[in-house]
Amino acid sequence: MSARIDVRIQREDFDVAAEIAALTKGRGDVGAVVTFTGLCRDESGALSALELEHYPGMAEEEIARVAQAAAQRWPILGAVAIHRFGKLAPGENIVLVATTSPHRAAAFEAAAFIMDFLKTRAPFWKKEHRRDGGVGDWVDAKEADDAALRRWGA
Amino acid sequence: MAAVKLSYFAWVRERIGKTEETIVVPEDVRDVGQLIDWLSGRGEEYAYAFENAKTIRAALDRKHVKHDAPLGDAREIAFFPPMTGG
Repeated sequence: MSARIDVRIQREDFDVAAEIAALTKGRGDVGAVVTFTGLCRDESGALSALELEHYPGMAEEEIARVAQAAAQRWPILGAVAIHRFGKLAPGENIVLVATTSPHRAAAFEAAAFIMDFLKTRAPFWKKEHRRDGGVGDWVDAKEADDAALRRWGA
Repeated sequence: MAAVKLSYFAWVRERIGKTEETIVVPEDVRDVGQLIDWLSGRGEEYAYAFENAKTIRAALDRKHVKHDAPLGDAREIAFFPPMTGG
């Protein structure tokens, strides 16, 4: 099965409903849509923004490789991944992953797989901007994110 | 070896103080780990960026590689910290 894969790296926000519509419009074979949206947190009020830096070119290519790997592993019909960059305020969208399949299991698992690998392989880095006006630290990579890959046998 | 473009991201970029540069890699520098060692000797900003070399991630022509990967004929080499997107 050949899945339609769409990866976008952009500064502007995305519209989840519009992305779902684009994945499902005019087709009768989609039985399940799963979406994951990642948002910017304020870390208990400490942060005023997160600034996302990325490696242009590689970011798109790496997420596409992850989505292709998901499409080889599960019978998904489509996958959309959108990752924003720039300075984002708490509550703003950072990332969207949406997958479609005839039955729900493939869409659920493929979406989780894409997010887990995106977090550890897509070249993005977050810098904290603090509410007290200071520019804080670069966010550290989490061991939990590496551990999440183990359930996929990585 | 021909000239290659080096790109730096996040705190590696901040410590080195450059986004990118073009260098000619010496003949005896053959893999990513050797390039990190060689760069570390170019000045204190490089030594600072690469002080904990094991944590540094690298990409050759926009693909992730390990430190033992040969540089081959890569045109673009990037160094960056572990990723924190998503």
